[in-house]
Amino acid sequence: MIILWTDALIFILNAIMLGLAFYMHGKEYIKRPMQQIYRSKIGMVSLVVLVFFVLIGLMDSVHFKATGNKTNEIISLLDYWATPLREHGEKTYSAPFATTLYSKEMMTLADGTTQWGYPRLEFGGSHLDEPETQRIPDILQKGLYGFAQGAGLVAFFMVLLWAMLARQHKQFMHSSTVKVVWVVVFVIVSLSYALIYLSAYYHVLGTDKVGEDVFYQAVKGIRTGLVIGTLTTLIMLPMAIIFGILAGFFRGWIDDVIQYIYTTLNSIPGVLLIAASILMVQVYMANHEEAFTSVVVRADMRLLFLCLILGVTSWTGLCRLLRAETLKLREMEYVQAAQALGVKQGTILLRHILPNVMHIVLISVVLDFSSLVLAEAVLSYINIGVDPTTYSWGNMINGARLEMAREPIVWWSLSAAFVFMFALVLAANLFADVVQAAFDPRRAGNE
Amino acid sequence: MTQYIIRRFLYAFPLLMGVNILTFVLFFIVNSPDDMARMQLGQKHVTEQAVENWKQQRGYDLPLLWNAKVQGDEKITKTIFYQKSVGLFLFRFGISDSGRNIGADIQERMWPSLAVALPSLIVGLLVNISFALMMVLFRNSYLEHAGIVLCVILMSVSSLFYIIGGQFFIAKLLRLVPISGYDDGMAAVKFLILPVLIGVFSGIGSGVRWYRTLFLEEVEKDYVRTARAKGLTETQTLFRHVLRNAMIPILTGVVVVLPLLFMGSLIMESFFSIPGLGSYTIDAINSQDFAIVRAMVFLGSVLYVIGLLLTDISYTIVDPRVRLS
Amino acid sequence: MNNPILAVERLSVAFNHQQKVVDDISFAIYPGESFALVGESGSGKSITALSVLRLLPNNARLNAGAISLQGDNLLNRSEFELCKIRGRRIGLIFQDPMSSLNPVMTIGSQIEEVINIHFDLPKKVIKQRVLELLQQVEIPDPKQRIKDYPHQLSGGQRQRVMIAIALAAKPDLLIADEPTTSLDVTIQAQILALLKNIQQQTGMALWLISHDLALVSTMADRVAVMQQGKIVETGVTADFFSNPKHPYTRKLLNALPLMSSCLTHSTEEKPPLLQVNDFKVYYPIHKGIFKRIVDHVRAVDGVSFDIQQGKTLALVGESGCGKTTLGKSLLNLIPASGGQVKINGIELSSLTGEQLRQQRANIQIVFQDPFSSMNPRMLVGDIIAEGIRALHPSINSAERKARVRQLLQQVDLPENSAQRYPHEFSGGQRQRICIARALAVEPKLIVCDEPTSALDVSVQAQIIQVLKSLQQEKGVSYLFITHDLAVVAEIADDVAVMYQGKIVEQGSVAQVLTQPQHAYTRKLLDAVPVLKTEK
Repeated sequence: MIILWTDALIFILNAIMLGLAFYMHGKEYIKRPMQQIYRSKIGMVSLVVLVFFVLIGLMDSVHFKATGNKTNEIISLLDYWATPLREHGEKTYSAPFATTLYSKEMMTLADGTTQWGYPRLEFGGSHLDEPETQRIPDILQKGLYGFAQGAGLVAFFMVLLWAMLARQHKQFMHSSTVKVVWVVVFVIVSLSYALIYLSAYYHVLGTDKVGEDVFYQAVKGIRTGLVIGTLTTLIMLPMAIIFGILAGFFRGWIDDVIQYIYTTLNSIPGVLLIAASILMVQVYMANHEEAFTSVVVRADMRLLFLCLILGVTSWTGLCRLLRAETLKLREMEYVQAAQALGVKQGTILLRHILPNVMHIVLISVVLDFSSLVLAEAVLSYINIGVDPTTYSWGNMINGARLEMAREPIVWWSLSAAFVFMFALVLAANLFADVVQAAFDPRRAGNE
Repeated sequence: MTQYIIRRFLYAFPLLMGVNILTFVLFFIVNSPDDMARMQLGQKHVTEQAVENWKQQRGYDLPLLWNAKVQGDEKITKTIFYQKSVGLFLFRFGISDSGRNIGADIQERMWPSLAVALPSLIVGLLVNISFALMMVLFRNSYLEHAGIVLCVILMSVSSLFYIIGGQFFIAKLLRLVPISGYDDGMAAVKFLILPVLIGVFSGIGSGVRWYRTLFLEEVEKDYVRTARAKGLTETQTLFRHVLRNAMIPILTGVVVVLPLLFMGSLIMESFFSIPGLGSYTIDAINSQDFAIVRAMVFLGSVLYVIGLLLTDISYTIVDPRVRLS
Repeated sequence: MNNPILAVERLSVAFNHQQKVVDDISFAIYPGESFALVGESGSGKSITALSVLRLLPNNARLNAGAISLQGDNLLNRSEFELCKIRGRRIGLIFQDPMSSLNPVMTIGSQIEEVINIHFDLPKKVIKQRVLELLQQVEIPDPKQRIKDYPHQLSGGQRQRVMIAIALAAKPDLLIADEPTTSLDVTIQAQILALLKNIQQQTGMALWLISHDLALVSTMADRVAVMQQGKIVETGVTADFFSNPKHPYTRKLLNALPLMSSCLTHSTEEKPPLLQVNDFKVYYPIHKGIFKRIVDHVRAVDGVSFDIQQGKTLALVGESGCGKTTLGKSLLNLIPASGGQVKINGIELSSLTGEQLRQQRANIQIVFQDPFSSMNPRMLVGDIIAEGIRALHPSINSAERKARVRQLLQQVDLPENSAQRYPHEFSGGQRQRICIARALAVEPKLIVCDEPTSALDVSVQAQIIQVLKSLQQEKGVSYLFITHDLAVVAEIADDVAVMYQGKIVEQGSVAQVLTQPQHAYTRKLLDAVPVLKTEK
């Protein structure tokens, strides 16, 4: 197993999340907002969608060297399972579920004559003898079959869980939120099962310019989006929290210095700072080629740098919020009481200030997530995003937008990126809304 | 007031100095001018001589911070840091790596940028505020809930899709306006309609939501209750009292970005081939022209600092409670 | 009696389908009279006023037989028709004049607005009317003030503007919802006098909503007492106070602190515990381009006093006089600018860092607001134990727990409170927890910074009782900071009166309250509303 930098950070992030969940478990002040989230249908449904994305992302984060393969490339667990998709490349564009290429070319028929027409795809629908008549029934049949398999799987687990939990958690199992969640799980799993089943026979979302499967690209893009959305936060949080709280609590020259730092960083237009930094990283990598031998390692490094730079440019907003909140909190009477009781400053910070600003941190993390995923696409479009070899929705859009001018237009790459990105961002936005409503003290109790 | 403005001007200097040092570290310390030269001239087969020539043409052949070879003040002045910084502070941006005069380019290109950005801002503001007011007026009704859901959906679509979709449907299928391009004078209008429209549309989701929270915050305040107790109707309360108070954060939020409008929008301009500063910057990034990127970073910071100052001043104008000292 | 101007029948209000905040109440107000609705916080009295004009928040459910204004049932009126009644027929004054006025409109235009909505008059006439109104509410120099914004006025002046707004359309009924609660006692007296005066001039009815029984007894013709959404007793004022019928009313009246109780304190001399000499707290004023310090705000300006062991010194003054600054500064929560503080002979002002931290066990503080004085994220047990942990690290956790149990018992709280969070307690209970927290490190002096101001009278009496019995038990001294002279009489042995950063008068409580020397003290004493009972 090979652990790339971003993998390591993702695992650390997961460990932190689990640790936090364990620590928070049973704390009274966390229970109430949590229950509010549990009760919210929108919140739970979007959480299910997010968890689904995260699971795919995690599968894509376990890397190892492919064995028995001549190239010795680094692949992930997801790549391993999707080996047919990776290897079933076509020559060039083909539409979703197509059996022929997108463009006409000269082809040699079996009898040796040449003909100008649409050649059959090497893999997509190659099991069909007469694609014209067989294709649609075959797709429907295989799709149904896959869907039924997925549905059966979910149903099986549902019955199993129900049998185990029904006695103790009767109330829980019958709440309307749980029902909605089950329906969504059912739909997601069955649909993806059907898609996976179909993708063994067809390119369900077509292929791109070099004949690579778009479905595979879009799924691979999930990890990139998640990494940018979460690792950036992981990098920026310590800076924002430490600086924000220190500036607000100690004031004086510490405050002046921290304010100066973030005003300076803020005054540089974000995109330009990112551009400048990424340019420098490019130059650095170009001059130190020996350190980045593998393409995957190199792309991963650049992804990490991008997160780092995004983190550096985005901590100022949260820092300012935390500073303002800390300024308010330090005048709170319980902080003064602690001072009067001779509690040391460090302890006051950890025990009284930090827990009482965490809701702001949480809200800003979930709010930032979706904007970071969106930012990735824009940055990749300007060529200052992820490495061009990294699978990302930004790169997919960037590659596909020039094809809009073709006749008939190549719409599938763009649509695939759109659907995946929209699903992730919408789920994140909806979830963020619910979290904000639950944790924001000003809005708490309104609903 | 005057004293305050003078003090803010003095405070701008350390800020810009900080920006300058940061960019200097990024551009000259992380990577040496030699690295840049090789990057520009092609990685592999570059002679030492070619690198030296490239550096000399652009004034990168001096030491970074301290010139030990010369006498007196020149030890400091004959360095890359001094030469390049002083140039920036005097708004003499020098020559780009590809040999063009950056200052002249900026002067020429900022107007198209403004022509796109300013209408987008104004129309966007009007549209967002009207929708937000509508939602507040019909608060706690199905209309508002539908509005919120719509906003979240609009927010969840990448701006790239708005541009691509807009270009595809309005320009390509319906052929209402040209897909991209720019022209001088009034002829530019037909090229500007689509970018402005898309700019406004892509901002509606987050804009309306943001203004709605501002309005809702005001609606819950005590003075609104007083206004209703006076006998004002819901609409009168909203327009005479709530809007007026909410305009304070809205206006000051707008003022801070006003100077930055000159910088233009990177993706908009490059998608619509508008010869503004945004596409200028993108071109520079793509051709790795460090001189232009550095100049644009500095220009952006200057405009931001001006924006901050304008914000403070606009506070004193719109909010009678604020006195600067 | 003639027909009532406002008659409310069987009114109920509930929020979000929860318990009723106002529960089936009926009452009537007659022309020209002063009717007072009295109750403790949360009894639903303000909600009642708002529901008459249908100004409740959206999530409120209103249910009523009838709300009739001069025989006209308001429940049958549309929202649009109600707008013509609000402000025109019924005027409304709220508690906090600062937040109730629009901060970005001049006071002139805010008054003008009311006249504009309800009457069709030429501009000149309206202007004239605004000036008249400002004169009527006794704002000096109305021609200049008319262009002022609310923040440029003092608290009392703002409330006068609110009254002018309410009067602008010459309503038949004026609802005053806690009109003086956020004001100082001297200003309160002025505003009440003004209201009375205006009522006599115009002959309108006044509906006063208040928690302050003493104030009500001086203002109202008839009184109704509200408890948990229900009206428990109604009566004519004189009769009501001399012969209360309902047990709740009696409980309220008994809980009122009495000025006369100051005479019962012992005057025995004890050795001094805290000696404060020429104590100063200054805040610098910055000006100019480089923000040089040009002057100071003298928040506490050369104050000297002693507190004897096991006794209570009350520090009395109006808001902004520097009394809270002084209290916090004694604990070094706000840095002092000069002077000496000695406790038990140890000079505190020369100590810093670790030494100061160790001395903190001697002085503790109890704050005014029971809601912000405890960390909402901590268990009550941890809150109380915090000081023991910090100042006596040698005490192990079992002993600490035992100590917390003992402290909870001393302030009359159940033992299991330690395992609960602050938000599960009421205001009075929270204040007890705060007292227990202060007691935990066994201080010799506790600074009580308005500990009862945020509480209802009945709870206030309980807290004072707790403080008194702890003093007897442990011999702890109090510096009791308050604006309420009646509470002073209940608890203090000595009094110091503070005015603009200086102590203008000090002495034993009986001496200061019965024979005030300084003019300011006299003014304060005169302004205190005293319960009128014709026994």
